[in-house]
Amino acid sequence: MMIDPLSVFILLLGAATPILFAGLGELVVERAGVLNLGVEGMMIGGALAGFAVAHASGSTALGFLAAAIAGAALSMIFAVLTQFLLSNQVATGLALTLFGLGLTAMFGKPYEGMKAPAMMPGPLGLNWMIWLGIALVPLVWWFLARAQPGLILRAVGENHDAAHGLGYPVRRVRILAIGFGGALAGMGGAYISIATVLQWTEGMTAGAGWIALAIVVFAQWNPWGVLAGAWLFGGVTVLQLRLQAAGVAVPVQLLSMAPYLATIIVLVLISARQKFGRSGGAAAPGSLGRPFHALR
Amino acid sequence: MNRRTLLGSAAALVAASALPAFAQDEKLKVGFIYVGPVGDGGWTYQHDLARQAVEKEYGDRVQTTFIESVPEGADAERAITQLALSGHKLIFTTSFGFMDATINVAKKFPDVKFEHATGYKTAENVATYDARFYEGRAVMGTIAGRMTKSNKIGYIGSFPIPEVVQGINSSYIHAKKVNPDVEMKVVWAYSWFDPAKEADAAAALIAEGVDVILQHTDSTAPLAKAQEAGAIGFGQASDMAAFKPTPRVSSIIDNWAPYYVKRVGEVLDGSWTSHSVWLGIGDGEVEIGEITEAVPAEVKEEALALKDRIASGEYHPFTGPLKKQDGSDWLAEGQTASDQDLSSMNFYVEGITAPMPK
Repeated sequence: MMIDPLSVFILLLGAATPILFAGLGELVVERAGVLNLGVEGMMIGGALAGFAVAHASGSTALGFLAAAIAGAALSMIFAVLTQFLLSNQVATGLALTLFGLGLTAMFGKPYEGMKAPAMMPGPLGLNWMIWLGIALVPLVWWFLARAQPGLILRAVGENHDAAHGLGYPVRRVRILAIGFGGALAGMGGAYISIATVLQWTEGMTAGAGWIALAIVVFAQWNPWGVLAGAWLFGGVTVLQLRLQAAGVAVPVQLLSMAPYLATIIVLVLISARQKFGRSGGAAAPGSLGRPFHALR
Repeated sequence: MNRRTLLGSAAALVAASALPAFAQDEKLKVGFIYVGPVGDGGWTYQHDLARQAVEKEYGDRVQTTFIESVPEGADAERAITQLALSGHKLIFTTSFGFMDATINVAKKFPDVKFEHATGYKTAENVATYDARFYEGRAVMGTIAGRMTKSNKIGYIGSFPIPEVVQGINSSYIHAKKVNPDVEMKVVWAYSWFDPAKEADAAAALIAEGVDVILQHTDSTAPLAKAQEAGAIGFGQASDMAAFKPTPRVSSIIDNWAPYYVKRVGEVLDGSWTSHSVWLGIGDGEVEIGEITEAVPAEVKEEALALKDRIASGEYHPFTGPLKKQDGSDWLAEGQTASDQDLSSMNFYVEGITAPMPK
């Protein structure tokens, strides 16, 4: 049985786009030292807002814009709770996911059964969002590795006390990062409703936000790694479906488990390297998940 | 989505503890465990319609609670236990994967009655009920065989359990009957509800040249994908009327309401006993949704005639001669499959080339 690798790759790009967006957003958030487990909630928020606006306006571009705004707005709830009220980031993130799922289930009712407008085709027959997602990877890399604001963001994430001592606005940097992460998660969610499923269904992100979180760890907080992770996760899904459709007996459970297994192996390798005293490789940001409270 | 389940159960508990404990002639509390969200537009949506029918029928005499998006597995047992603990005397668990959880909880609560959908394990206080979806599949298969231009039809399966395997076989047998060149492609999503994956599965089938898609998953995503590609499909579990007249050219509708109303009534008057029922088109539990104008009149007529013959009991969708996929004999000429055979069906019939998952 032959299957055309190019058509698999095209399907892969589509399947990878939502988790690529959400993963890149979460990467920036985590590099700023904040762990936001609310990705799923922000994605589903974006999925609904994006679909609703795209449906009403007939423009998918406006839909994605609305999704970014909705995702960012949801992330601001998390920002206020964790940055001003110093709530626990893990618990607050989980609450945001629950909140997003419940909120969209309620407000999404009228949109059930409606259809999304068609996506604008882009170069090579791939839609613009796929291209935008890929273009974001070098941009985020450049921002974090080369641009000065990116260096400040990383400083805040590595050691917020030191960054504060140097006079950087830790809280403001983190809020901006959280907002960026929310906007990207929202757009990723909207890709599912507007481009993949072409409609709104309650709970439609079905765990994509959690995969995005896994990808960030798999990528060891590196944007290129996020791209690789998104393609790996997306690719495995698409490939196993294609193989099945072609009538090949595939061990679906094994394939579905592969990306998670890869994530665990990466973690083991990293910690083994650290144990044997070899530094190098970007591990988790030093202040990840720790609340920051300026004493003065 | 365990978190939402947790909230739901917590809410149920709070509601239960808030009720005065001394109330003697209190309402009958009926609980429902759903595998997907109520808004899935398919399977769970139909169960919830039936729940609403129960409320409408008995009004003040019953109070219903549902917990949606309960994963099949260990968490289900917890969710069912919560309902039992909070005073529900009749609990419907509406997915195959809740079977063992239901049996386990039922052992601990002998005075609570359980109704498990599509399973095969019963007990003193556990009844099972199922619908003969394969009867509807026979009608869909007929339409699929007539409508395909590429002679390739696709089936999106959820899990390789007997109910779904029956559907695949029934669709294939009847598509083949009207179109000997037809070929069946099967993709398993390993989920009852995952719109993105269902859409990807539909895309994979379409990439293989499939132009008629049958689905055994609960969301409307495959229909949306079919529409984009100019293929056709069928409503599953619910009518999915939003996709009329095409890509949705017909549908299989699960109508649980009469059964739920009847069984709740039996608990109310004390006549409830455990049983195992399997109702089909003839009983009104499986309905065929409107066949739209996208289907030529003679095909529609042929499909409806088949439906009537199944409803009257004149024709059984699994009638011999039929062989298994490996070429071994299954049913002799004129012989029909027994319910026992069907409820443990784990093989494809001859002609399907897709491998059966282990």
